[in-house]
Amino acid sequence: MTQNWLGLRAGLVSLALFAIIVGVWHIATAGTGTAVKMDPEYAKLMGATATQGKSAMPGPAEVGAKIWQHLRDPFYDKGTNDKGIGIQLAYSIARVGLGYLLAVAVAIPVGFLIGMSPLMSRALDPFIQVMKPISPLAWMPLALYTIKDSGISAIFVIFICSLWPMLINTAFGVATVRRDWLNVAKTLEMSPGRTAWRVILPAAAPTILTGMRISIGIAWLVIVAAEMLVGGTGIGYFVWNEWNNLSITNVITAILFIGVIGMLLDQLMAKLQRLVAYAD
Amino acid sequence: MPTSTGFISAQGLTRRFPDTSGSGELTVFEDLWFNVAEGEFACVIGHSGCGKSTILNILAGLDAPTEGHIIAAGKHVLGPSLDRAVIFQGHALMPWLSALGNVELAVSSRHPSWSRAEIRDHAMKYLTLVHLDGSETKKPAQLSGGMKQRVGIARALAIEPRVLLMDEPFSALDALTRGSLQDEVIAIRNATRQTVFMITHDVDEALLLADKILLMTNGPKASIAEIVENTLPKERTRAELHKLPNYYPLRNHLIEFLVTRSREMAVANVPSSAGRRTPPIVRPTAAFAPHASTATVPEPAGQVAACLPTRHVSAA
Repeated sequence: MTQNWLGLRAGLVSLALFAIIVGVWHIATAGTGTAVKMDPEYAKLMGATATQGKSAMPGPAEVGAKIWQHLRDPFYDKGTNDKGIGIQLAYSIARVGLGYLLAVAVAIPVGFLIGMSPLMSRALDPFIQVMKPISPLAWMPLALYTIKDSGISAIFVIFICSLWPMLINTAFGVATVRRDWLNVAKTLEMSPGRTAWRVILPAAAPTILTGMRISIGIAWLVIVAAEMLVGGTGIGYFVWNEWNNLSITNVITAILFIGVIGMLLDQLMAKLQRLVAYAD
Repeated sequence: MPTSTGFISAQGLTRRFPDTSGSGELTVFEDLWFNVAEGEFACVIGHSGCGKSTILNILAGLDAPTEGHIIAAGKHVLGPSLDRAVIFQGHALMPWLSALGNVELAVSSRHPSWSRAEIRDHAMKYLTLVHLDGSETKKPAQLSGGMKQRVGIARALAIEPRVLLMDEPFSALDALTRGSLQDEVIAIRNATRQTVFMITHDVDEALLLADKILLMTNGPKASIAEIVENTLPKERTRAELHKLPNYYPLRNHLIEFLVTRSREMAVANVPSSAGRRTPPIVRPTAAFAPHASTATVPEPAGQVAACLPTRHVSAA
């Protein structure tokens, strides 16, 4: 009851804030009326900024109309530089998904190895410490040179940036599984594989999922920048292309879509996290 | 009738750990010898630091002795085995599994070839034995402390071990819960005649449950001072315990040991190395005042009944 009431009030505050932001935005970008009297032909050439004091920054109504236009037809394809925003987002999500899954496939087994073996933990630690702080985009030239394919290079960059949080969290989760539980597994004569699957994995799952959630967030941040560099397709390329077209309306629209997709990815991971959580 | 090698048999058991400075070694206990017969309930009593839990861990196969060896159920203990089930002090249930899931994990380890239904039925049987039918779908976090420990007991019993090892299983519980679980253990044991090796620091618990009580001197370099035979009638209950004729002499003997002798003997380095192989067996009775037993520690004589084996002498 009180929870619902709180939710309702919070929703109202959110709506009010939204209205204020849109209102301020609208006022800030609205034209000031005719600024200078001039020949209509000349005024056409000068554009709205000079003649009506109107900002080049689009207002909320224009952006809203653009979003609606994109939503109505998200998947059109009229050549390299004119694809629907749905197609662009699909390219980005596919790259993130591929790079991320590759990172999962590497980080979880290697994390298990590091977590279970103090020797490997110490031996691999210097590599991880050096590799972890490298900006993923710094790998891009190296990737382009060795892989010689811009699309795969972008996937590699996603792979390398998703790897570290998952690797470190998996290793930590595995290394800190309670001794009691491992002792139970030992007294039950469970094989190492069965212990890993039935005891260590569920025990470490919440920590691993936390790492996976951080990773998907980073991957989604990095894909925009990576696609601006490699070009061709993807939401990052779309943003840069629309900047070159000086279509701020499209840039803002894309920014909003990027935010929404990022939120959905995070929610998805949060749902998975709740599935493996346990109360101790 | 003590056999030379019992069902459980410790032979010259010594455990040393590297000490905190890293340079030297710390001897927790040294040269332990004891036997536990099949079907017997043995308790170890001693102060913290005498290595009680270490003995249990060695017996479970989770730790290894520095010297000597231990035999359980006719086999040299070299590692953990399904023959020896452990009931852990802190229940050690997997919090992501239900009560039933925890027991099923143990059953499926014991019987890898069983079908799901067989595993389930067997696990349910043991949950019912500890009166947890109806709570089988609950996660450990939803169970009370006593119920968690019941699941731990069901998990240990479900693998039908030859030896049951209990490491202060009830020490984390409140007195009422502890009492009802002790009753549970008595009932289960009367039904199964399981060989049990238990660590406790509760004198009454030892007198209620155990046939034989091993008294350990204080660590470091702890040793077994004597073995007290519980002369109370086999069919004893928690409610009647303090009314049994021999209860107070036994209890006083144990408490007196814990309060003074465990320390004195450690300081005096008693028993001597010769006496360690055959710790004296003691049957305290009302015929002796508590302090008299101090005088009758048969240190050099070895296997001697310090007091009369008189179960019929009453305190009156």
